[in-house]
Amino acid sequence: MSHKVNPARLIGTYGVALALILLIAFGWWRYENFLGMFNVMSVLRYNSMFALVALGMCFVIMTGGIDLSVGSTAALGSVAAAFGSYYGVVPGLAAGIGAGLIIGVINGILVTRLAIMPFIATLATMLAASGLALLLAGNQSVSVSYETGFTNLGQGNLWIFPIPALIAAIAYVVGSIVLNFTSLGRTVLAIGGNEDATHMMGLRTERVKFLTYLASGGLAGLAGVILAAQFGAGQPIEGVGWELFAIAAVVVGGTLLTGGIGSVGTTLAGVLLLGILFNMLNFENGMGWISLSAYWQSVIRGGFLLVVVIIQAKLMTRNAKPV
Amino acid sequence: MAQTPLLSMTGIEKRFAGIPALSGASLEILPGEVHALIGQNGAGKSTMIKVLTGYHRRDAGTVSFAGQPFEVGSPHEAQSSGISTIYQEINLVPLRSVTENICLGREQRRFGLLDWGAMHAEAERLLATFGIGIDVRRPLMDFNTATQQMVAIARAIGFSARLVIMDEPTSSLDEGEVAVLFKVIRQLKADGVSVIFVSHKLDELYEVCDRVTIMRDGKTVRVAEMDKIAKLELVSAMLGRDVSRADGHATAFDDAQRPKGETVLRARNLKAGHAVRDVSFQVARGEIVGFAGLLGAGRTETARLVFGVDRTTGGSMELNGRPYDPQRPKDAILAGLGFVTEDRKLEGIVPELSVAENMTLSLLPQISRNGVVSEGRQRELVEGFIEQLGIKCSGPNQKIRELSGGNQQKVLLARWLATNPRLLILDEPTRGIDVGAKGEIQRLVRKLADEGLAVLMISSELEEVVEGADRVFVLREGRTVAELEGEAISEDRVLDAMAHGLSTRTEQAS
Repeated sequence: MSHKVNPARLIGTYGVALALILLIAFGWWRYENFLGMFNVMSVLRYNSMFALVALGMCFVIMTGGIDLSVGSTAALGSVAAAFGSYYGVVPGLAAGIGAGLIIGVINGILVTRLAIMPFIATLATMLAASGLALLLAGNQSVSVSYETGFTNLGQGNLWIFPIPALIAAIAYVVGSIVLNFTSLGRTVLAIGGNEDATHMMGLRTERVKFLTYLASGGLAGLAGVILAAQFGAGQPIEGVGWELFAIAAVVVGGTLLTGGIGSVGTTLAGVLLLGILFNMLNFENGMGWISLSAYWQSVIRGGFLLVVVIIQAKLMTRNAKPV
Repeated sequence: MAQTPLLSMTGIEKRFAGIPALSGASLEILPGEVHALIGQNGAGKSTMIKVLTGYHRRDAGTVSFAGQPFEVGSPHEAQSSGISTIYQEINLVPLRSVTENICLGREQRRFGLLDWGAMHAEAERLLATFGIGIDVRRPLMDFNTATQQMVAIARAIGFSARLVIMDEPTSSLDEGEVAVLFKVIRQLKADGVSVIFVSHKLDELYEVCDRVTIMRDGKTVRVAEMDKIAKLELVSAMLGRDVSRADGHATAFDDAQRPKGETVLRARNLKAGHAVRDVSFQVARGEIVGFAGLLGAGRTETARLVFGVDRTTGGSMELNGRPYDPQRPKDAILAGLGFVTEDRKLEGIVPELSVAENMTLSLLPQISRNGVVSEGRQRELVEGFIEQLGIKCSGPNQKIRELSGGNQQKVLLARWLATNPRLLILDEPTRGIDVGAKGEIQRLVRKLADEGLAVLMISSELEEVVEGADRVFVLREGRTVAELEGEAISEDRVLDAMAHGLSTRTEQAS
């Protein structure tokens, strides 16, 4: 049998990268300074939080699950990190990530041990985490310490690169290695492909699912740390809608919403695609010819998502037939 | 026994929702033997296997493996103890690559990370032993069922297990592939690996197995050396019939001879996939035709072809003397066919709806005017059938789930009868129905035939076929091997045809 290349599958995998390149080329042609150092770095800095949340979401979705709690978890993480920041950078980091891990553990237990549907389980923890964040913060934002260097996690640079973007980049490299070069990663995909069969194949489905929710919680907590560091305060009411942005980015990145097929790299491309759309809207307004309300970004992102999902569905039905 | 068994399961009990699936079942496997495990549908083979592999937890009994008490809580533990399983339904992940499907669970690593090169090579090497050369990087779903089955077998063997369980591995393989599989089984045996082989194809068992365990109704009824048990004994032990038993009247059919009506349906040399290879039969007006055969003989599959659920790949059918080639069930229904399927719960009834609604579901167009169901028409029709078929219910509006199995079956019968069919196909019409109601259904079918309906009845209960049918076609591995009529129908002859195939084949069937 030859190594025949399936064009439909190629588009499914690399379509998002192509779309991203086209979008960047369009921006470079249309707007002055679009590829200028300042704009590029601020896009990367701002979107690193979303990238982290989307990475965790990507693993959960690849098992066929969903994690709606990531937005509230990030908010809770930012509040915890703000409190921790007074003891130093590491305590700040640990507090934020730890808060996220706790939510992740709860999600994992609900979904695996108690066999509650992920949608419902994480909807419950989403509400609980949000309430907890507001309680801890006393219904207002919590200022971080500016003395301990904690704010560098959000605002600092290493040479020319924003530190939060570097953190996200490291997370994506690790995530990509886990997915492609460990049995854990392959089991994640197998579970999404057919959970019962994976169990019968003698693989530890429950444990692996638990780990994906744990990772998602931890990464959301880390996103919360960066949120607090970037804006100088823990934000208990931030994070609303983050889970939807993350789901959109993952799906635009070509990961199947039902699980079984997915990639870490294209998830990042999905995040950047949606992030740059927003950035371009700002440029468009800056040119002063038209005035697009920020609400348009949601409409455009929604439209993008629909197109991708429709293409995915079409590709799947075509691929489902054995050749 | 001279040899210490590798596996010994004794007194195994397992209940599902209070209903016993296994009661006192046992199984003993010697090192390096190929052991057949056979039994009718529902005999408990699959449950037994799933208990062994830790998929189900047993309620009672002891299991020892390699001389040690064996307690496993999950398929993972069974696998690491040296038991590999190929399940009946292919249990793999179609979206993932062939390599992943073969190697997941015992990955090759380098510096702690997956070594894809070595894993692809390993997958290719394993498949090469089956004479299969495919691109192992492609998703499994790109390949046909037979290849997928081979991948499942390659996976099981790759685990260097001490016991390999194959649950009907040959059902989707063609003859060449089966031969390759048998070569692999003999190789395993030569390497000292034991194999449990579940199959309904008797010839295969004799070809490759050393011993056989026969199960019936959740119990182990017979263990024998393969070369010391005749096919006929094997079949009768499976069905629980004594070969030399005198025919008594255990069913409610009376077998008075009737003049034969004109042929309604004639099928010649039907073919479709592996399940139906060469099936010919005919059904006449006023006649009950029985399909006999072991599980997997192709009876239900043939019925599905007749009803247009699946498409034929060869052969021809005639309905009332005219060519008949249904593309979909609707064609069959319009041509005057009805099909009461085997699984009432799955395909037939809507539990929460009333008796009347269940009965008229497929009739709605006929009894509505401008989209509004005419209640008068409906009531008239439903009450007619309730009386005619003797359906016991508080009234047309009672929910069907509150009825007994026998009465549910009658409602389904009524649903089809309301369409005025010329030919009614009944697949296991009395399965899961208590003895009293069984007789009632059987009498009803006879009465319908007497009124001119042609009936094609599939039944795994030998006496139902022998005593109920005017004509019996015996199917074996997808082929009609015998046609028996009237006085010639007896349990011995049917059993004989099921076991040996050709010996009682009549002129017409060839």
